[in-house]
Amino acid sequence: MSLTTKVGGATIDYVDKRTGILGPAKANFRKLFPDHWSFMLGEIVLYSFIVLLLTGTYLTFFFKPSMAEVVYNGSYVPLKGIEMSEAYASTLHISFDVRGGLLIRQIHHWAALFFVAAMIVHMFRVFFTGAFRRPRELNWVVGGIMLMIGLLEGFAGYSLPDDLLSGVGVRIVSGIVEAIPIVGTYLMFFIWGGEFPGTDFIPRLFIVHVLLFPAILLALVGVHLVLIFYLKHTQYPGRGRTEDNVVGYPLFPIYTAKAGGFFFIVFGLITLVSAVVTINPVWAYGPYVPDQVTADSQPDWYIGFLDGMLRAFPNWEWILFGHTWSWNVFIPGLVMPGILFTALALYPFFESWITGDKREHHILDRPRNAPVRTGIGVMAITFFGIATINGANDLLAVGFHLSINQITWFTRIGLFVAPPLAFVATHRLCIGLQRRDRDKLLHGRETGRILRLPHGEFIEVHEPITDTEKAVILSHPQRRPLPMPAKTDENGVRTPRYRWRWIQAKLSSFWYRDSVETPSAAEIEAAEEHMRHGIGSEHEHRGDFEISHHEIGESETVEALTSRSEED
Amino acid sequence: MTRAPRRRHPFAGVAVLLVGLVATGTAFAAVNAGTSAQASGAVASQTQVEAGRQLYVEGCASCHGIAGEGTEEYPSLIGTGAAAVDFQMQTGKMPATSPGVQVIGKPRNYSDDEIAAIAAYVASLGAGPAIPTAAELDFAGADLSEGGTLFRTNCMQCHNFAGKGGALSDGAFAPSLMDVDSKIIWEAMLTGPQNMPIFSNETLPPESKQAILKWIDHLQNDKDPGGLALGSMGPVSEGVFVWIVGLGLVLAVTVWIGAKVR
Ligand code: HEC
Ligand code: HEC
Ligand code: HEM
Repeated sequence: MSLTTKVGGATIDYVDKRTGILGPAKANFRKLFPDHWSFMLGEIVLYSFIVLLLTGTYLTFFFKPSMAEVVYNGSYVPLKGIEMSEAYASTLHISFDVRGGLLIRQIHHWAALFFVAAMIVHMFRVFFTGAFRRPRELNWVVGGIMLMIGLLEGFAGYSLPDDLLSGVGVRIVSGIVEAIPIVGTYLMFFIWGGEFPGTDFIPRLFIVHVLLFPAILLALVGVHLVLIFYLKHTQYPGRGRTEDNVVGYPLFPIYTAKAGGFFFIVFGLITLVSAVVTINPVWAYGPYVPDQVTADSQPDWYIGFLDGMLRAFPNWEWILFGHTWSWNVFIPGLVMPGILFTALALYPFFESWITGDKREHHILDRPRNAPVRTGIGVMAITFFGIATINGANDLLAVGFHLSINQITWFTRIGLFVAPPLAFVATHRLCIGLQRRDRDKLLHGRETGRILRLPHGEFIEVHEPITDTEKAVILSHPQRRPLPMPAKTDENGVRTPRYRWRWIQAKLSSFWYRDSVETPSAAEIEAAEEHMRHGIGSEHEHRGDFEISHHEIGESETVEALTSRSEED
Repeated sequence: MTRAPRRRHPFAGVAVLLVGLVATGTAFAAVNAGTSAQASGAVASQTQVEAGRQLYVEGCASCHGIAGEGTEEYPSLIGTGAAAVDFQMQTGKMPATSPGVQVIGKPRNYSDDEIAAIAAYVASLGAGPAIPTAAELDFAGADLSEGGTLFRTNCMQCHNFAGKGGALSDGAFAPSLMDVDSKIIWEAMLTGPQNMPIFSNETLPPESKQAILKWIDHLQNDKDPGGLALGSMGPVSEGVFVWIVGLGLVLAVTVWIGAKVR
């Protein structure tokens, strides 16, 4: 470590002496970042995004976004002599006749699946730890937009090769556009340049996929990272960690070295998978022909929940005022995802409205200490999971000898029943964990050692918990629900926005319901006293932890946020 | 490959004769007597038909009627032909046992000879699609990519793009084609079992059927050029893989680094 630090310092020095521009930036390089494996999730997303940009660029050299009809004459014999679009033919060309083409295609596609999966895991890390709270709400919103664009970007890529599978996907999307009341058909004709499938869509989609969405994503990633930099990273609670400091390593060189290495690990693992396992075997699906379809036609996994909702939705359709109102497609295809994504983006504001908590937070919440939030998260995962599973209903039916119709009903009921159940179970679990924390503070930790007292009684030895554990448990400030508003003030004047504030207070008391009271300092003191003298047995104090900065030695590790902001 | 329009089955002559006799309601013994003067080969078929009839009465008549006329619940076999019997029995579907959404194949209890006998008997009840000959099943000269197009147009919506099988509504399903041989495929196309449509030689000529055989042979035997195919079940298996193996690997490494680099 110390060598890296030295080399790092020397590098900064070298560049600085020559350019001078690093002078003001120097302080930023020494900026500290806290260390925890879950903070690397965002990095994983970033690296898979870079992998996507690199491999995608290579693919654009050979891909032809054209619907012109050609006869395939490449080296893949089973498709020789077949009529297809240039887009599909060039994808086959990349797969079989471009050096490294197949590997790059597979890396690109695996990285795409991986990117979204990692993004969602990262998002839930941020969610469950409450890292989106003030001052980071805006970064959460930026994240939510990136997630949405990430899904659309992935879908656009999946649709480009114009193979049978992607064509079926595009057909469904065109159906969703057509289902928009009144303007749907016009809109669909506008986007597709006429009747489906037409010849305009693939070239348009290409620009969206390689230019528009990546540019937006890149810009948003930039904003995201800059915001993290300015707002500083949050940290998990622990001894010595407060709302006003950051405990960790300096960005340069420790993090830069680690991050650089980590990039290659992510890239390497994705490449390994891509070299061994095939993905989207377009040659096996054949070219898109509107009257063909294959069993097991599915979107990539992250669109599966939309497909699942579409498959589960009842077949409601009206014909009114000379228009067809396809609720069966419009609601699951556009209204529901619209609601879900809006709710996702606005969640931080909703939560702070309920809790009345407008303070800044730099210490992360432990999920158990926000049972309602944690419950909502698990509820969302449950909903998303069931919808996604229904997207694969045909495979499940064959695999488990079920009937598709049964699965559809299971989904229709499950989507409403299972998430609330998951909420209640999670809430209970969190409260249980809170109780255990309180027990630990007051009675110490069960050691599993049984002691026989002189008069024959057996007791289990309890040990006081370590200072770190104590700091972690006590990190959570005790908070109270918002007070119920009075209907009228003392002069009998009706309280303004009474209804609204009543709802807010109701939700607030729900938020804090059943929360376990953190013991007061006096209670803990008394309990510890009791433990020390209660049992005459030995007790080894396990306060043998060290904060990481003790090991780095020479670099500063604790910085005051207040002083930092001045330099920034 | 020359066109092979519905080659005549070796037993066809006997069959036609027998149909006539059954139709006139003559006792089966009389048939015996009536054909006893025929050539020795035909006599062999004659005994085969009789053996088939006995096997039929024991194993099939309870459902399909004493002379293949069918019952209220079960279909008549008159005119289904030898191909249907061969298909149903080679794949172990007949005699059916458990009632369900779809008759499922079981390990078969009949020998090839017994199946041939029953097929001959059923064929004797009324003309129907015959068991394909070796020449018909020879797909060496067929066009592979045409087979692909035909397969994608006619079969893939039920049997999946790689022939792995797929779901139909209400619990019915189209089975995987990975382990079926050419004769069974041909017979399935000709007779259209259960929910599968019939692809007669008029709608799908024999040379097209041969091209499809060639394509299915390609699906069964050629390796996927991209590596492990994860069961060729489309994006679902890829999604499961990316979560469990892909993300699993990276998270394991992440946690490991997190614990290591300190
Ligand atoms: C338990 C009743 C049962 C028995 C016993 C039974 N079958 Fe069937 N069979 C059925 C049913 C039900 C069907 C219809 C399923 C279908 O559509 O393929 C059927 C269909 C058939 C068909 C296809 C008919 C068509 O139109 O394609 C053939 C051929 C056949 N059976 C032959 C036999 C033979 C030969 C036996 C004796 C070895 C036999 N079955 C025994 C119930 C039975
Ligand atoms: C409408 C859906 C459908 C289509 C289209 C279809 N099949 Fe089938 N196929 C089925 C079903 C259902 C079965 C199961 C029937 C049974 O078990 O009796 C089946 C059974 C078969 C079998 C027998 C498999 C076995 O192990 O028993 C073969 C072979 C077969 N199909 C080939 C084909 C071919 C070749 C085509 C295209 C020319 C085709 N099928 C088109 C639905 C379909
Ligand atoms: C292109 C996709 C994304 C990239 C490249 C990315 C990258 C990062 C990185 C590198 C970090 C810092 C390390 C960490 O905390 O994991 C981070 C933090 C953060 N991300 Fe993302 N992220 C993406 C998507 C999202 C999404 C979808 C959300 C939520 C909707 C989100 C919300 C946040 C928040 C609030 C933080 C601050 C966390 C903290 O300070 O504790 N990000 N992101």
